[in-house]
Amino acid sequence: MSDQSPPAGATAVNPLYDPRVRGFVYQALLVATIAFLGWQAIANALANMRARNIPTNFDFWTKTSGFDINFTLIKYSAVSTYGDAFWVGLLNTLMVAAIGIVLATLLGFIVGVARLSPNWIVAKLALVYVESIRNVPLLLQLLFWYNAVLKPLPGVRDSVVIPGLFGNPFAYLNNRGLVLPEPRVGQGFWLVQLALLLGVLLAVGFALWARRAQRETGDIKPVWTVGVALVIGLPTLAYFALGEPLTLDYPVLRGFNFSGGLRVLPETVALIVGLTIYTASFIAEIVRSGIQSVAKGQSEAAAALGLRAGPMLRLVVIPQAMRVITPPLTNQFLNLTKNSSLAVFIGYPDLVQIFAGTVLNQTGAAVQVIAITMAVYLAISLVTSLAMGVYNRRFTLRER
Amino acid sequence: MTALPGSSFVRTQPAPVLPPPALSVGPVGWLRANLFSGPFSSVFTLLAIVAIGWVLPGLIRYLFIDAIWSAPDGEACRAPTAGACWAFVTHKFSYFMYSSYPREAVWRVDLTLLMGAILVTWLLLPRAGAKRVGALLFFVAYPVIAFVLLSGMESLGLPKISTDLWGGVFVSLLVSTVGIVFSLPGGVLLALGRRSRLPMVRMASVIFIEFVRGVPLITVLFMANFMLPLFVPENWTPDRLLRPLVGVSLFASAYMAEVVRGGLQAMPKGQFEGAMALGLGYGRMMRLVVLPQALTKVIPGIVNTFIGLFKDTTLVAIVGIYDFLRTVETARLDPTWAGPTISTTGYIFAAFFYFVFCFGMSRYSQAMERDLSRDRSR
Repeated sequence: MSDQSPPAGATAVNPLYDPRVRGFVYQALLVATIAFLGWQAIANALANMRARNIPTNFDFWTKTSGFDINFTLIKYSAVSTYGDAFWVGLLNTLMVAAIGIVLATLLGFIVGVARLSPNWIVAKLALVYVESIRNVPLLLQLLFWYNAVLKPLPGVRDSVVIPGLFGNPFAYLNNRGLVLPEPRVGQGFWLVQLALLLGVLLAVGFALWARRAQRETGDIKPVWTVGVALVIGLPTLAYFALGEPLTLDYPVLRGFNFSGGLRVLPETVALIVGLTIYTASFIAEIVRSGIQSVAKGQSEAAAALGLRAGPMLRLVVIPQAMRVITPPLTNQFLNLTKNSSLAVFIGYPDLVQIFAGTVLNQTGAAVQVIAITMAVYLAISLVTSLAMGVYNRRFTLRER
Repeated sequence: MTALPGSSFVRTQPAPVLPPPALSVGPVGWLRANLFSGPFSSVFTLLAIVAIGWVLPGLIRYLFIDAIWSAPDGEACRAPTAGACWAFVTHKFSYFMYSSYPREAVWRVDLTLLMGAILVTWLLLPRAGAKRVGALLFFVAYPVIAFVLLSGMESLGLPKISTDLWGGVFVSLLVSTVGIVFSLPGGVLLALGRRSRLPMVRMASVIFIEFVRGVPLITVLFMANFMLPLFVPENWTPDRLLRPLVGVSLFASAYMAEVVRGGLQAMPKGQFEGAMALGLGYGRMMRLVVLPQALTKVIPGIVNTFIGLFKDTTLVAIVGIYDFLRTVETARLDPTWAGPTISTTGYIFAAFFYFVFCFGMSRYSQAMERDLSRDRSR
């Protein structure tokens, strides 16, 4: 890519060898090829769709779907529209992704720290976990959890009992899923939520004030203690002051089924367990390499400055490790969200199963349906990468 | 000062070396340092030992002692005490390998796999020479030969075999090999495009890469399966197996492009400038100077992409391809073998297969990484 300009007075370069002319020609060729292929594809698609009586518009969106979905977060029935089915699928995907991300992050951090443990047996167990889970396809693991673990469970009457804190039954596991105690919202519960919101706002305000105070006077205020006290204490106070408006409704076996409680489908359990365990093995490796990437001199220097173990971790090691951990961690969150589309193999009604599966088959509008599905995932990952970009600009190491 | 002669309190010989304290060396010392270094550590160690002692004996009994190694049908495996039903695996082995491929023609599959194994070994062994020839054979000649052997050619006396009958391990390997063969050059082209100074080329590459990386593979497969037939002229229907192959190749190319871009970005500017100073054009600068170094730098990343690709081949089942996992799924529902342990046995076998391949690849890449870093530290 040598862009040598001819010396003054020299004859003009043969346009065949002028890099600018060449670049222009290459790009024109590329654009023409893409435009031609795109035009061909669209023309072919329109002709083919007309020939096969496939709809070419989005009219199906408002038509009655006529199928039911066994797990919905919003009101939905067979008389709802295909558009409603889309929102049900999207919410189901987002729910599984959110739960999976929280659980996988927790498990991943624990395993990642265990990998670095000075305790030989703990480190080796973590290593075995990471290596064996990472090297087996996620689909195989999902099928295993669903078909080999959850399906052969005993029926409702012989449910496996999961004991709670005080030994009394907390939850039940059977071949129809997981039955959990259901939180029942009593009167005045919104006041507790209000108290929580207030606590968070006050804690943030206190942290901002403490930072300014430290900048001006050098005094370090107990931000964490006060913050935790506000966030937990205020709602707890409100909860007891209002006479415990939130109770747990424990499931009770009556006849052939449980009454009360919250039933989670085996598909949901398998998907969340599978995604969590699989993604956690990747997060563990990210956490391990992040912590290892902090140079030993950093903690030695912190110790030389007189910092004790706690502040050393909090102020020196973790902030630097997080800088390395965060970008790949976000990638794993995105991967988990995209991998939740494997739900279609075990029958959990996520976006792909409902929309790119049932709706596509019923309406035949393949192009529109797949385009919408892809657009949703694309939007999720674009929003996440934009947020990552902002984070990176704020936290990357600024070298002098 | 000289030592006082005859003074009894001055040593004339060095004191004998004492043995180190028994508690800090040897097995005991190791135990203290690595397992019982503090109260927390001791608790964790005990918990871990209890957990292992709880799981391991049962696992060994299930996998080996109580396992059914040979049986004509599922009767023996249905016994309540029976462990893993390996008889099921041996019985279904050829189905797992070839699915419905005609049994009299499976030598063609075996021959293809054998050639592939030899070529891959040639390329991977650092000591084997003439890598250029090997690469040429693997990336150009092998796909052609494999295609002729597997799908058949009447003029060579090989009857045609429709891809509807293909399946099993060899289709899993086929999909991943096609993905690997296409994703490497495709990824290099896309990565070069993304770092090109021509804005149109750059934009096209960025849009393609970010689009493919932003969507799940399943939707790409759906697109290849449902939309590809619509995009081509009406009288030309792409083969049932070709569609997911296109999808997987495009998908892997986008991921490979990002890995290669990492390598290109890590190249010092002097390499480009040096090549230009020697009068090399863009093509020769990239081919002779930049790419060889950049690709070597990112071998671990490339292998990681291959591992991900290999695991992702299981998803082609969604568009009706009988890959290895799908044959396991089908076989475990066979009523002759139906039993409580069949599903678990099938999944354990499949997991073992995938683990061996993926773990092998990751170990290889780690070894390469060590070799390369040794190279760099010189």
